[in-house]
Amino acid sequence: MTLWLAGFAVLLVKLVLVLAVVMAGAAYLVLVERKLLGRFQLRYGPNRVGPFGLLQPLADGAKMLLKEDLVPAGADKFLFFIIPAVLPMTTLLAFAVVPFGTELTIMGQKVPMVISDLDVGVLFVLALSSVGVYSLALGGWASNSKYSLLGAVRGVGQMISYELPLGLTLVPVVMMAKSMSLVDIVNAQASMPFIVYQPVAFILFFVSALAEIKRTPFDLAEAENELQAGYHMEYSGMRFALFFLGEYVNMIFLGALAAVFFMGGWSGPVLPPIVWMLIKTSIMPILLIWIRATLPRLRPDQLMRLCWVWLAPLALVNILATGAVMLLAG
Amino acid sequence: MDERNGFLKNMVQGTTGLMEPFWVTLKHLFRKPITEQYPEYKRELPPRARGRIVLTRSPDKEERCVACQLCSAACPVSCISMQSAVRQDGRRYAEWFRINFGRCIFCGLCEEACPTLAIQLTPDFEMSEDDPLKLIYEKHQLLVDHGGKDPDYDFYKHAGVAVGREPGTHDNEHPAANPKTNFP
Repeated sequence: MTLWLAGFAVLLVKLVLVLAVVMAGAAYLVLVERKLLGRFQLRYGPNRVGPFGLLQPLADGAKMLLKEDLVPAGADKFLFFIIPAVLPMTTLLAFAVVPFGTELTIMGQKVPMVISDLDVGVLFVLALSSVGVYSLALGGWASNSKYSLLGAVRGVGQMISYELPLGLTLVPVVMMAKSMSLVDIVNAQASMPFIVYQPVAFILFFVSALAEIKRTPFDLAEAENELQAGYHMEYSGMRFALFFLGEYVNMIFLGALAAVFFMGGWSGPVLPPIVWMLIKTSIMPILLIWIRATLPRLRPDQLMRLCWVWLAPLALVNILATGAVMLLAG
Repeated sequence: MDERNGFLKNMVQGTTGLMEPFWVTLKHLFRKPITEQYPEYKRELPPRARGRIVLTRSPDKEERCVACQLCSAACPVSCISMQSAVRQDGRRYAEWFRINFGRCIFCGLCEEACPTLAIQLTPDFEMSEDDPLKLIYEKHQLLVDHGGKDPDYDFYKHAGVAVGREPGTHDNEHPAANPKTNFP
C-alpha cells in the first residue's frame, strides 16, 4: 500500500514538473520568438519589462487575463467557450509519453523519467494530434464569422492532409526500433541516432510537422493579411491566449518528438541526459522561428500539392526502401 | 535527356533559392539592430519636421497672426478656430486662437496657407496627454516669442494696410499716387 502511495506521489510530482516546465517553456518560447524575430529583422524585440525583457511573458499573461472576454453575437456559445481548451489539452496530454531521461534510482526504487511509458506511444501521439484538429475546426465554426470559417476550412484540410505524411514518416522509425514505445525508440538509438539512417524521413517529418502546427510557410489557417487571424480571430483575452499557448506547447512537443524519434532523445556524451533532452528539444522551435523569419507563405493549392504529390509518396517509398534494406541486411 | 537536365536544373535552382534567404536572415541575426531606443535616445529632428504648431512673432515682437482664417479654411480636419479683432492702430489680431491637437494631423497645410508666416510647425512632437481636453491649446500656449523659421520676415513691411506708418512706405513699394492731381 505504501509503495503504491509512494508511486502515486512520484507520478503526481512528475506530472506537476512536466506541466510547469512545459507551460513556462511555452511562455518563454513566445519571448524567445519575439526576441529572435526582432534580431532577424534588425530590431531588439521586447526589452522593456524587466532585464532584457525577461518578465514580458508575465506582463503578457496579466494583460490577457484582464482583457475583456468577448463573445460575438450569433456564436455557438457552448462550443465557443470550451474549444480553446482543446489544443493545449491535447498537446499537454501528449507530453505524457515523452521520455526525458534514463531511469533514476530513488531509495532503491527505479523511477522512469516519463509519466507513462505506453506500448503504443506513437499511436497515442498521432491520435492526440488528430484530436487537435477539432480546436480549429470547431473554433472557426463556433465563432460564426466568415474569416474564422475560411481559416478553419483551410486549416482542417491542411492538418488532415499532413497527418498522413507525418504518420508515414514515423513508420520507418518504428520499424527500426521494433517498438511503438517512445522509451524503446530512444533506447534503440543508443549507438546511432536514426537521423543518420533516415535523413529523408527526418526532412519529411520536419516539413509535415511544420504544416501540422500551422506555422510559416504553412500558416494558411491564420494568414494575417488575408484572414486577419483565421480561426481564432473572434477570440480575445485568455481564450485567445489558450490558442496561442497550445500552439507554442505544440512547437515544444514537436521539438521533443524530433529529439526522441530522430536525434536519440536523452542520449549524449558528458552532459546529463535531461540536459541533452532539453538541448535537442529546443533545436526544432528555434528552427521554426528561423523559418518564420525567412520564408513567405504558400498558396493553399501549393500546400496541398506539396503534401499529396511529394511528401506522402516519398514517405511511402521511404518505408519500402527501409523495409527492403532491413530485409536484405537481416 | 533535355527534360531531365531541366528537371535537375530546376531542382538545384529551387533548392538554392530556398536556402539563400536563410543565409540572409542568419547574417542579419548577428548584425547590430538599427533600433533607436526612443525615451533614452532622442534623435534630433530636421528643422522642417512637422510637429507641434506655434504662433510666431515678427522681428519687432508683434504677433504675426492677423486672424485672416486662411489656416482654418485650409485645415482638412477643421481643428483651428479663432476670433479676429482690430487694434486701435488698425492692425488685426486674433482675440482668441485655438488648435485642437486631438484632431490635428500635422499636415502643414495651415503653414502653407499662412500669408504672414505666423503659424508654423515645429519639430517637437512629445505632447501626449491623459485627457483629450488637455490637447486643446489656447493662444497663450501657442504663442512663442521668436520668429520661427524666418525670423527676419515682417509681413507689414511687404504688404497689407500700412499700420503705424504712411502709405507707400513698404519695402519695394512706389510712393502712393496723389488722387488730387491728374499729373502722372
